[in-house]
Amino acid sequence: MTGEGLVLERVRIALGTRELLSLDANVQPGAVLTVMGPAGSGKSSLLAFLGGFLDPAFTASGSAFVGGVEITALDASLRRAGILFQDPLLFPHMSVGGNLLFALSPSVRGRAARRERAEAALADIGLDGMFERDPATLSGGQKARVALARVLLAEPRLLLLDEPFSKLDTQLRQQVRELVFARAEARRLPVVLVTHDEADATAAGGRLVTIGD
Amino acid sequence: MLTRLAPAVAIALLAGPVLFGLFGTALPAFGYLPALGGDAFSIDAFRALATQPGLSRSVALSLLTGLASSIIAVAIVALLTAAWSGTRAFTVMRHLISPLLAVPHAAAAFGLAFMIAPSGFLARLFSPWATGWTRPPDWLIVNDPLGLSLVAGLVVKEVPFILLVTLAALPLMRAAETLHVAQGLGHGRIAGFLLTVWPQVYRQIRLAVFAVVAFATSVVDVAAILGPTTPAPLSVRLVEWMADPDLAMRFMASAGALLQLGVTLTALAIWIALERLAAGIARAIASRGMRFSRDAAARNAALGVSLASMAVVAGGLLVLALWSVAGLWQFPDALPTKLVVKTWVDTAPRIVDPLWSTILAASFATIVAVVLAVLCLVRELETGKTGGTRALLFIYLPLLMPQAAFLFGLQFLFLSAGVTPGLVAVSFAHLVFVLPYVFLSLSDPWRAFDRRYEAVAAGLGKSPRATGLRVRLPMLLPAILTAAAVGFAVSVGQYLPTLLIGAGRVPTITTEAVALASGGNRRVIGVYAFLQMLLPFLGFALATGLPALLFANRRAMRA
Repeated sequence: MTGEGLVLERVRIALGTRELLSLDANVQPGAVLTVMGPAGSGKSSLLAFLGGFLDPAFTASGSAFVGGVEITALDASLRRAGILFQDPLLFPHMSVGGNLLFALSPSVRGRAARRERAEAALADIGLDGMFERDPATLSGGQKARVALARVLLAEPRLLLLDEPFSKLDTQLRQQVRELVFARAEARRLPVVLVTHDEADATAAGGRLVTIGD
Repeated sequence: MLTRLAPAVAIALLAGPVLFGLFGTALPAFGYLPALGGDAFSIDAFRALATQPGLSRSVALSLLTGLASSIIAVAIVALLTAAWSGTRAFTVMRHLISPLLAVPHAAAAFGLAFMIAPSGFLARLFSPWATGWTRPPDWLIVNDPLGLSLVAGLVVKEVPFILLVTLAALPLMRAAETLHVAQGLGHGRIAGFLLTVWPQVYRQIRLAVFAVVAFATSVVDVAAILGPTTPAPLSVRLVEWMADPDLAMRFMASAGALLQLGVTLTALAIWIALERLAAGIARAIASRGMRFSRDAAARNAALGVSLASMAVVAGGLLVLALWSVAGLWQFPDALPTKLVVKTWVDTAPRIVDPLWSTILAASFATIVAVVLAVLCLVRELETGKTGGTRALLFIYLPLLMPQAAFLFGLQFLFLSAGVTPGLVAVSFAHLVFVLPYVFLSLSDPWRAFDRRYEAVAAGLGKSPRATGLRVRLPMLLPAILTAAAVGFAVSVGQYLPTLLIGAGRVPTITTEAVALASGGNRRVIGVYAFLQMLLPFLGFALATGLPALLFANRRAMRA
């Protein structure tokens, strides 16, 4: 299987005897595949399947390839499928900088060099000088941006977005949404977005898949 | 590898001593113990037991004080939760009650005794101005023949425990919503809660309540301090027989331990019958549509009774501490005339060894229990399966058996196997009782951990091991330390396992304190009981202080 972006081949996910989704797709680098559906339709199971943390209660078949690599054949930790959830989920026991260093590949060596990369990532999202801050003291929008910087520092193959803007207020939601899509496009990352917000789907462009009733 | 073995090791540690111990008790009970010259099976030991004066009264005391205290404690918790859960008063009450859980039973019993005795603090407080007493009245309050003080002593220690397990179960129910529905139908708060929420809560805490019934019908230390003496409850007499210099008495003591098992099982059977009865009454009330909507008086009474009993124990603990530094303190004086360190200085040389043994045994049992519990919980994550009800039964097994019933046998087995009674054996015996509490205390926060953090870490390229060590364990460190503090407190409070498995050669603060009970030197008892309180307190202080220090600048870690 070749192709630069994300290719989904005969992906089927079922819960017991109920089929939740059945999907073939080709998501170009920098493009977004949007999956919409009501709560409980199992739309997040696709992200869990791609990320490698699908609950054993589900049964799944099919494969996913990124840049020709079959990621669904790899362990979750080797897939480099960066994920953003509704909540920023910054590790509360680490500083903002600690969260970023945790994500940065160990191949970047040397304390100073690593710190420099983390500081640069912070500057890139407009949070210069926040390295030593306690994540709990940031605003909702700042946390969302740190979560984005963290996931990008790990140099992911693709981005999985699980309603990542739904807890932000309307104005902030638009800003963060634009930031995420802009960064994904700049890095030429294929994106899978799960949402129930029409505005998300419109902003994403790209193909829209609706599942459930 | 380690995690795969952990559940098996844990089950062996919990069930092994209980099953082998019961077997080891049954052999001498039926006459077989070659080491003591018993090489033929017989029922002579039971015959000898039956001729003991006052035996039926001892049995009745164990059964009735145990059942009465359990009923009262469950009723207090049910009423308090029904009347006040979700309110500010309840939160305050919870913070007041929880520390009492860490106080060893013996210390709480001494505290109560120092309050309610004829020469105790309460009598002093009201004398001579209200009572006219210039000498302590000649009343038998502590050690009263009906065991009322014993019941009171058990209740004040059981309420915090049952309240804690209730609080852990409550978030699993939609308690507030359910209660609002019932109140909307016109039910009073108490009736509404008891008829709709409580049955679900009770189903969750049932094993813990069984453990309370089993404990209350077989407890030794509290009964030795507060219980009747002529005759004493069965559990206390068992230990006396076991300690008799005439080794032949051990056969009868073993038979008595089996009788104790029968008493506890009978109590549990009666308890189950009472559960049915209560459920039937509740159904009848519910189906008749009775609403009990005016319950303000009952609500206030529930809070009042709880506050008063907690105040008595907390006050008692203060009085204990005061006695340890009291100079001359004659009867109707409410306070000592001066404070001295003499008692502490005099007892210090005798304290060092027991104190050291207490800390060593508790540290060993706690560390092993925490490591085992964490490994079992990691295994649970790997397999995606919790052990379910059966695993829970194993965890509760040592708590559902009367300690004497299997510790007697364990002692015989250890002796036959040539195990030297010493600190190591005692620590292992403590582990049997520490492990359940550590596991129960840790499993809830462990299972409530937001697994999306692990998904994020995996997406960042971290292996499961790295995620466990760098995300899950540090985030759960406060919960792990709390579980460790619970385990430490449980070990410090152990009386019978220390006495029996240590063959009396490993004195701890708790065994020394209980041994002082009959002597009645309040100053020395004050010293030992104070240390008994201090050790768990230090454990909990460390468990809260360490995360505060490590995560000084991490607000979300201190929530």
